Amino acid sequence: MLLFIEQCLNGLQVGLLLFLLAAGLTLVFGIMDLVNLAHGSLYMLGAYFAASFAALTDSFVLGALLGLGAMFLVGAGLEVTTLRRLYGRDHLDHVLGTFGLILFFNELVRMVWGPGSLSLPLPSWLNRSIEILPGVPYSAYRFSIIVVALVVALLLYLLVMRTRIGMLIRAGASNREMVGALGVNIQLLYTLVFGLGAVLAGLAGIMQAPILTAHIGMGENILILAFVVIIIGGIGSIRGALVASIFVGLADTVGRAYLPDLLRLFLSPAAASTAGPALSSMLIYVLMAIVLVLRPEGLFPAARR
Amino acid sequence: MRGKLLAVAAISALAAGPVVAQNKSVKIGFVSTFSGPTAVIGNDMRNSFELALDHLGRKMGGLPVEVIYEDDQQKPEVGVQKTQKLIESDKVDFIVGYIWSNVLLASLKPAVDSKTFLISANAGPSQLAGEQCSPYVFSTSWQNDQTPQAMGLYMNQKGVKSAFLIGPNYAAGKDMLAGLKSTFKGQVIGEEYTKWPDQLDFSAELSKARAAKPDAIFVFYPGAAGVQFLNQYAQMGLKGQIPLYTAFTIDETTLPKQKDLALGVPGAQEWVNDLPNEQNKKFVADYKAKNKSSPSFYGAQAYDAANLINSAVAAVKGDTSKKEDMRKAMEKANFKSVRGGFKYGNNHMPIQNFYLQDVVKQGDDFALKTVATIVENSQDRFHDKCPMK
Amino acid sequence: MNAHLIARNVFVAALVAFLLALPLYTGLSGNNFLLTLFTRIVILAMAATSLNLIMGFGGMVSFGHAAYLGIGGYVVGILAYEGVYSGFLQWPLAIVISALFALVIGVLSLRTRGVYFIMITLAFAQMIYYVGVSLNRYGADDGLTIQHRSQFAGLLDLSNRIVFYYLCLALLLGTIYLVWRLINSRFGMVIQGARSNDRRMRSIGFPTFRYRLACFVIAGAMCGLAGVLLANFNSFISPAMMHWTRSGDLIVMAVLGGMGSVFGPAIGAVALLVLEETLPLAIGRLGYPLVGDVALRAAEYWQIVLGPLLLAVVLFARGGIYGLLPRGRRD
Repeated sequence: MLLFIEQCLNGLQVGLLLFLLAAGLTLVFGIMDLVNLAHGSLYMLGAYFAASFAALTDSFVLGALLGLGAMFLVGAGLEVTTLRRLYGRDHLDHVLGTFGLILFFNELVRMVWGPGSLSLPLPSWLNRSIEILPGVPYSAYRFSIIVVALVVALLLYLLVMRTRIGMLIRAGASNREMVGALGVNIQLLYTLVFGLGAVLAGLAGIMQAPILTAHIGMGENILILAFVVIIIGGIGSIRGALVASIFVGLADTVGRAYLPDLLRLFLSPAAASTAGPALSSMLIYVLMAIVLVLRPEGLFPAARR
Repeated sequence: MRGKLLAVAAISALAAGPVVAQNKSVKIGFVSTFSGPTAVIGNDMRNSFELALDHLGRKMGGLPVEVIYEDDQQKPEVGVQKTQKLIESDKVDFIVGYIWSNVLLASLKPAVDSKTFLISANAGPSQLAGEQCSPYVFSTSWQNDQTPQAMGLYMNQKGVKSAFLIGPNYAAGKDMLAGLKSTFKGQVIGEEYTKWPDQLDFSAELSKARAAKPDAIFVFYPGAAGVQFLNQYAQMGLKGQIPLYTAFTIDETTLPKQKDLALGVPGAQEWVNDLPNEQNKKFVADYKAKNKSSPSFYGAQAYDAANLINSAVAAVKGDTSKKEDMRKAMEKANFKSVRGGFKYGNNHMPIQNFYLQDVVKQGDDFALKTVATIVENSQDRFHDKCPMK
Repeated sequence: MNAHLIARNVFVAALVAFLLALPLYTGLSGNNFLLTLFTRIVILAMAATSLNLIMGFGGMVSFGHAAYLGIGGYVVGILAYEGVYSGFLQWPLAIVISALFALVIGVLSLRTRGVYFIMITLAFAQMIYYVGVSLNRYGADDGLTIQHRSQFAGLLDLSNRIVFYYLCLALLLGTIYLVWRLINSRFGMVIQGARSNDRRMRSIGFPTFRYRLACFVIAGAMCGLAGVLLANFNSFISPAMMHWTRSGDLIVMAVLGGMGSVFGPAIGAVALLVLEETLPLAIGRLGYPLVGDVALRAAEYWQIVLGPLLLAVVLFARGGIYGLLPRGRRD
């Protein structure tokens, strides 16, 4: 039983990390109608920047904060120079153009940081285990991921629901033209939103780096999951992204943990261990396909007129 | 993702004239991983191979040596393409390298079909020692099962009654866990395989291991995965609770990052940096001087591979078309290995000793030390399946 | 006005002539690698052409097209592993199975449009990829070596690289011809009409869903055949060949070459793969006398040009390479 709780915590952590990535993606897609495949590259850049800054300043927290700052600049810069030319175009153009950006960023990282991977070591106060419930020791760092992601979710909620900018964001998601017609500086809004999305993606990368190390191409694998999440959750909906990402995280981790045991009843351990994760990954895509066929707007669609 | 020397070497290769009858140099293709989290292993092998060539005066059998390095990106489909390219475009005489068993297995066919000598300086899948053995394939490392077999013997010595096994789900991972099970006399109460190479998050498997309450945990996680595993093992509070036994998880490439976490975690190896023979002392000392770090067993194996090739080319005095003679020369393993000398079995796999290695702290640094010899003249358990005599 | 000499036709004719004559050159010079390279180009061009049938002409952007490469390849690989090497059995079976998969995926996906269609085709492709990964008997993630190329009872010796090359080239040209015939038929008109305005086509009375589904299945079958060739070519098949990033490569080829033309994807495949092989050499060779070692380092990072190039094509040259070629005046 305690093992199950622990696995659920693992799943929650995976899901919340995914949420950080999906939130930025769904914001950008919802507000600017931009399909950004390079979001995974922003995730990767966040990890690399933080690793470098942490090595320079010898502090994990300082490195992370500087990394986030750098990501905002990168995101805003990218939007102003390149991405704004894609607005209003066919989604295929977005896909192709940002796919090109993925290739570019992978090479850029290789040029600047070299082909190997960078590790982001944890400070000692995070690098230990704590007892969440009696008898359930859990990694302090993973717990901090859960805490940080929930705090970010709360902050995002406050931003979108309680501030003026949030109001503009919500209005822009529902009716872009009207907001522009009302005299709001749409260009600046878009740049800020994209910068925010980049910061969120970078944060996800930074949080993931101590576990997986910062390496080239790390964004591609998780990017697809992020798209699955926003499709299931509903494009433009942060609430939908939260629900969907937690679900996907739980399905993936619990599936990975228990499916092989189930399969082991009639397969060899090695076979069960390949089939198990494969099946649980497939499950996520099956779910997305079902959602697309039955309810294409997703679970919590942002209202559109 | 090309190796550093590719541009220079390929420029000459593209000057495509009619096929030249006699080689003017010995061409060696080197396939390893030079990008991604495990690039550090490939670099260690490359540095060691280069050092060996330096020690040989960059000549074999009187001919200058040309090496072309290719990056397999840790992917079988890339490895087979690079191998094909080295054979067809660069027309190499020897192919060396192959960290990963799955990449090696995928790349076997082009090499064997074209009768190009392939020296595995690391990967040792069971198929290679058994049914798929070939007169053109040699190993300067080991067969995958041998090292965990030695560890299994050691675990018996330590009185371990139950074990939980964790490893990556590819050819080598399966071999390693199978090898351990073949000698370990206790009960295996859990066997988990993780997705390779993407999965570096072992939380689910570690949780399961802890819940099963074994006497010990055995793992095989080479490269960056080894660093991450030890990190997470400690983060979960398992260090000091359940003893850990390893194969290929702690070595000179990962130790600088694992540091304290590796203390008290034993591993088995056919080579440790302090083996007391002359050529090993020279190898380690010169490597440290040139590269400012210690060589790992991957490097030691690459160093041996260079000398194995040299013994063959020297035997035919540079005439690399005499393949039968080169093969016979290599089978004798008549060169000074940094592990102190070994013989070849019928399947071209080394018959060698395995040592227990442990981590000690020297000031601020960590180093690996030989503690004992676990087994002598160990031969792999698949040589009967190889049709060669 | 001599319409036959317009630049586009000359370019395409020259390319085809080059491809036909290539084995003569490589046979004389002994440069087998060039033949190997172009065999791979031809096979991928075939896959990209099949993709363009649905993408360029049908407006159905599928990020899962590489799945059919894998399906075709695995049919060959699995049969070979079980001892069946006969091409007469392997090839038709691969085509049929690819078509069946395309049918199922098409029925479920073609209800959606735009980015949703992209995502759902991607989802199906990933599902197939994960099935491949779980095929333990057939190598799972590590892949499967194919010991012998498909055998045709002595009629064709595929292990002869020249024979194999010409077979692949013949199939590529056949595929292009088939696509051209389809596009210029009533079927093609309905497909292209449905791309620009589906509702109007339906109001005229065409059951567009059925037409688009048929188109999807044909494209899948053609790509399955390309997968058969690819597996034979590499003597190796692995799930990695079905990954969505492989589909991305095919899309890049089609877009780069020009989505509006039947020859576009082939041009794109040639351009992309030739670039991949020669650009680093060119940078190194040309730059070395000028800037020495810097040129060699720059040559290593040539791929950094590819991304912005793609972006530039998307922004400024939507017709791809084919679109950039002068078409001559229309009188």
